[in-house]
Amino acid sequence: MSAITRDEVAHLARLSRLALTDDELAHYATQLDAIIESVAKVAEVAAEDVPPSSHALPLTNVFRADEVRPSLTPEQALSGAPAVEDNRFRVPRILGEEA
Amino acid sequence: MTVDTHMPYDEALARFEPVLGLETHVELGTASKMFCGCKTTFGAPPNTQVCPTCLAFPGSLPTANAVAIESTIRIGLALNCSIAEWCRFARKNYFYPDMPKNYQISQYDEPLCFDGYLDVEVDGRTVRVEIERVHLEEDTGKSTHVGGATGRIQGADYSIVDYNRAGIPLVEIVTKPVEGTESLAPDVAKAYVTELRETLRSLGVSDVRMEEGSLRCDVNVSLMPRGASEWGTRTETKNVNSLRSVERAVRSEIERQAAILADGGRIIQETRHFHEDTGVTTPGRSKEEAQDYRYFPEPDLVPIAPDPAWVATLKEALPELPSVRRKRLQAEWGVSDLDMQAMHNADAFDLVEATVAAGAPAADARKWWMGELARRANESGVALAGLPITPAQIARVTELVASGALNDKLAREVLEGVLAGEGSPDEVVERRGLRIVNDEGELSAIVDQVIAGNADAADKVRSGKIAAAGALVGGVMKASRGKADAARARELILEKLGVSE
Repeated sequence: MSAITRDEVAHLARLSRLALTDDELAHYATQLDAIIESVAKVAEVAAEDVPPSSHALPLTNVFRADEVRPSLTPEQALSGAPAVEDNRFRVPRILGEEA
Repeated sequence: MTVDTHMPYDEALARFEPVLGLETHVELGTASKMFCGCKTTFGAPPNTQVCPTCLAFPGSLPTANAVAIESTIRIGLALNCSIAEWCRFARKNYFYPDMPKNYQISQYDEPLCFDGYLDVEVDGRTVRVEIERVHLEEDTGKSTHVGGATGRIQGADYSIVDYNRAGIPLVEIVTKPVEGTESLAPDVAKAYVTELRETLRSLGVSDVRMEEGSLRCDVNVSLMPRGASEWGTRTETKNVNSLRSVERAVRSEIERQAAILADGGRIIQETRHFHEDTGVTTPGRSKEEAQDYRYFPEPDLVPIAPDPAWVATLKEALPELPSVRRKRLQAEWGVSDLDMQAMHNADAFDLVEATVAAGAPAADARKWWMGELARRANESGVALAGLPITPAQIARVTELVASGALNDKLAREVLEGVLAGEGSPDEVVERRGLRIVNDEGELSAIVDQVIAGNADAADKVRSGKIAAAGALVGGVMKASRGKADAARARELILEKLGVSE
């Protein structure tokens, strides 16, 4: 039985602004399920005395001094943008009419 | 845009109990951004303070700004918070073009500071506003919406984005729900933001300019019917860009929600937008579904573990906080609560304190700043501190008055001269010839002249109507252009007319 439902995949797709077909929803539900199952195996070996880890490096407090470094020029910054206006990134309409 | 019905405030309060919550965002005044070395200068040309990291180019990695971490901890300490011994940044995922990464680096269930409070004075009583958390995140870029009728996001054809602000360190300060403020809710909200702003200013961590957006406030309001035990649904009002707006937004939201609830309607949990011009709120960007930011620990940054000894040092080194300072100044100056409030409202503490430090008696320093100078600041529409006169100059004027060289009228002229850019008080006295006439011979001559020119009044005084001497003193002051010592002139007048008091 699948732990990840098609509805959940549809929800995630919507949050990620991905248009998925019905076939794709079913396909990814199966795949995501397999991924979750694999990750869940870690829980089987994790003992009480092993704290959860979110990072591969056993480090804390890695900071940089508050010093200004050179920025890009606007030309450089915008060179990869699909559309530019007034030295700003031009993006499609954010909200639909109904909002 | 439809205008909502509002219930009169008093009626709304009679039927419902308001619960407040405040979320304040503060841009820190660091030289560089939170996770990269770009400058943070306000008002720079678009996209001139951006780099691969704050633009989220592939392969770039963030590194946390040490000063931003320290400033956040200092804010937490000033707000009586506990400081986390270990915490992490988290990714807040959302698709919106104000963040080029499609996520914002923020903190989620492990804020750097938590469980504090800030006491505020409202209407003679102290209200303790409890602080839920203080966390560190990065600011977003600035979008401009093009097309459509109103320049707002709704109905715009497209938007253009400047990422200069994206990545500037941003501290979010969240209160716990504030209950029991009753009709004072709008005042408590305003007093809280005012006190918070002053606290942040005293820490020197931000320039806290609401009009430039370095201090921004979201106001949460809910109402529950009298006698109910469960809180109502809250709304979150954004775009509250001045202290006065904080007060107005709370009031307006109470009135609007009360009208809906009284009519049998229900409040929708939504983000609303405050309008400075009309003082009302309108629905903002609709949340298409329940917020689902899928937070997870930020893998590109390692945890923060502030050394408790270092935190203790930071706490030790905190500056005198505004509330403590106010109590000290009030005791030193010996003034009433009302006078303190007036000085507070006029933003005069620094000026009066500096004037006293420059040698003026507290009463005189306060008198000039809150009287003549407040009036002139008001006339020219500038803040008291914006007047072109220094506390040391005011102190010099009080010294000249105390020594008898000036009277109050002349002192006002000196101030006028200094404000007009005519130089220091001594220079103005010199150039305008404002010294009191101390020369007995000169004064005596003026008195003789005035008596001769006002025979009627002089006769009245001679016949014993001493009150008539006032007119003669006035004449002397006028003839000397205010430079005579009025008390001495009166003595001379009576002496010359052969009467005594």
